[in-house]
Amino acid sequence: MSETSIRVENLSKRYQIGAQRIGRATLRETMSAPFRRARRLLRGQARSAADLLETFWALSDISFEVNQGEILGVVGANGAGKSTLLKILSRITLPTQGRAETRGRVGSLLEVGTGFHPQLTGRENVYFNGSILGMNRAEIARKFDEIVAFAGIEQFIDTPVKFYSSGMHVRLAFAVAAHLEPNILLVDEVLAVGDATFQQKCLGKMGEVSSEGRTVLYVSHNMASISRLCTRALWLDHGRLQLDGPAEDVLSEYLSNNAVNTGAREWPNGVAESGVDELKIYAVRIRNSDGAVSGVLDVRRPFFIEIEYRLFKHIPRNFRVGVVLTSSDGIDLFDSYDVDNEALVGPREPGRYVSRCEVPGNLLKPGRVVLTAFGGMWQIRQLAMLRNVLTLDIEDLGGVGTHFGGKRVGVIRPELEWQMERLA
Amino acid sequence: MLKGAAEAEETVAKSDSAARLEPLPLTVIAPPSGWTNLDLRELWRYRELLFFLIWRDAKVRYKQTVFGASWAIIRPFVTMVVFSVFFGGLLNVPSDDIPYPIFSYTALVPWSLFSSGLGRCAESLVSHANILTKVYFPRLVLPIAAGLSGLLDFAPSFIILLGMMVVYGMTPTINVVWLLPFMLTTLMTMLGVGFWLAALNVQFRDVSFVVAFLAQVWLYATPVIYPISLVSDAGKALYLLNPMASVIEGFRWALLGKGMAPSLELLVPNAIALVLLVTGALYFRRMENYFADVV
Repeated sequence: MSETSIRVENLSKRYQIGAQRIGRATLRETMSAPFRRARRLLRGQARSAADLLETFWALSDISFEVNQGEILGVVGANGAGKSTLLKILSRITLPTQGRAETRGRVGSLLEVGTGFHPQLTGRENVYFNGSILGMNRAEIARKFDEIVAFAGIEQFIDTPVKFYSSGMHVRLAFAVAAHLEPNILLVDEVLAVGDATFQQKCLGKMGEVSSEGRTVLYVSHNMASISRLCTRALWLDHGRLQLDGPAEDVLSEYLSNNAVNTGAREWPNGVAESGVDELKIYAVRIRNSDGAVSGVLDVRRPFFIEIEYRLFKHIPRNFRVGVVLTSSDGIDLFDSYDVDNEALVGPREPGRYVSRCEVPGNLLKPGRVVLTAFGGMWQIRQLAMLRNVLTLDIEDLGGVGTHFGGKRVGVIRPELEWQMERLA
Repeated sequence: MLKGAAEAEETVAKSDSAARLEPLPLTVIAPPSGWTNLDLRELWRYRELLFFLIWRDAKVRYKQTVFGASWAIIRPFVTMVVFSVFFGGLLNVPSDDIPYPIFSYTALVPWSLFSSGLGRCAESLVSHANILTKVYFPRLVLPIAAGLSGLLDFAPSFIILLGMMVVYGMTPTINVVWLLPFMLTTLMTMLGVGFWLAALNVQFRDVSFVVAFLAQVWLYATPVIYPISLVSDAGKALYLLNPMASVIEGFRWALLGKGMAPSLELLVPNAIALVLLVTGALYFRRMENYFADVV
């Protein structure tokens, strides 16, 4: 029975830019706003009323339908409107235009652990969190043991959660949300947290949920998990629905379009997370061992990763830029940071910089590698996050083991020094 | 045999019709459209969340404090002592021939419920911003829970009040039943003003400062420190506009036998309280569509 579970028609959402600033606005600022707008109009900086309100469309004219029991993946770059879509479907915020219909109870894992109070015990938080998510007491009581077992924190259930490790915190929160038994489950990037075993558990739970005839909308940057779980996917780009179709097709289209293997991505005006004024990244480049920009690399030769950026403020500590290399099937190969070089630890002055590292040859395995670059203040704030920004094609032109052939296992193919000693 | 088959058929028919009768409820999400209705039915469905919020507040409020729940008693009691020393003693404020300590404490018990509840209401949305932006539920639950959780402090301070009556040799009369409607007026006024302040606070953080100031001015405009008998007859009419004035005087009358006895005049402050409550709730529901975007 394939009854429609979610129907979205011409959905659009407009945000006022700097909405956060408006939130903290004082009465005076708000009252003077009309005058500021009038001034901009007089100066000819705005042509229509809509120009006066600094707005942008987080979603524009999205339409799609999801059938019961389907797992729909949603992919797109940062700011493509994925989270806005989930927020509208979970009724946290309303659309500006268009409409959406959802059938049955909607549960969301937008941010697990919502409403956890550090002073309360795990048990108390399970009840409280459950009730926020729309469960009643009898329902929570019935599933309580299952929730605790899923989270695997039986012996700490009566300890205040402020003594929990962050992993325990997330596991418990996910467990509550996963046992909500919604008809529609909205999942946003939960797999970014927790260890590998727990992530497997979460994926398993989501598959289970859909086999019970529930609908799942799954937003993730983890392409591997999307291709494994979803049969169908949406690709959002700057608030528009770029592609809707079988997950395989959408993913390959998205990856080849999004992460280019020309070896460089440049932003003349710089990019950063919204609201960040400390840092802008202007370019991410791959250079081969000859110093030429290229996304096609010889597996035997070293290559260089460059991040070009400007700091607009003095940053006293914890600043770093870094990269994550991910295999095409979604397995993280390694991460690396400029502060791995101890000499770079410490305050940073404003100015334009390039941070460069060398990746040795004969380390990666031939194939496609996706690069994510970012800059931020470690444990304080993410300033810029460029997910899957470049694709590297590692060409097998010889190297480790190729002289005798055969397939290698694992995700890397390092060249190690082998010796042999004769013992007898 | 035949009977069994018929029965089986009947169950099939039943479950079939049950499935048809109870399709999953459809939720329509559409752009905000002007004034909405209060949707009290939805609020009722979320009554357990209301209960949990109050319960959590009770569990957490006095954690990691040395005096714990006795703070509920200490605050009004110490205020009463201060008032008694300065207003009752030094300034010789009249107190309707009742010992000043019990005169002021009788007023301070409902007043604390009102003023601290008002402050908590006003902050309720801002302090739960992390929940507002993550999950849907009727937002009215937050200020209501914040306001009602004041009743937890009210209970012990009221028991102290009864103890003081014993010390001062006062016996309560049947009039104490009037405390219930007065409590109701207090809650209506508190929630009504609280809804307004909570919704405004999301956009204008000025409200946090206004609340402290408002509570102070309101205290002077309410016969807490002084008896209403001190006010001229023309002034008394003005006090009818302040629901809390009728509550305070009503408490004194119900417990101590002095103060304003209930009369038809009380319809005025209660009507005002009701208007505050309904308009506050309507304004809140209208604004709640934007809370998650702005908070």
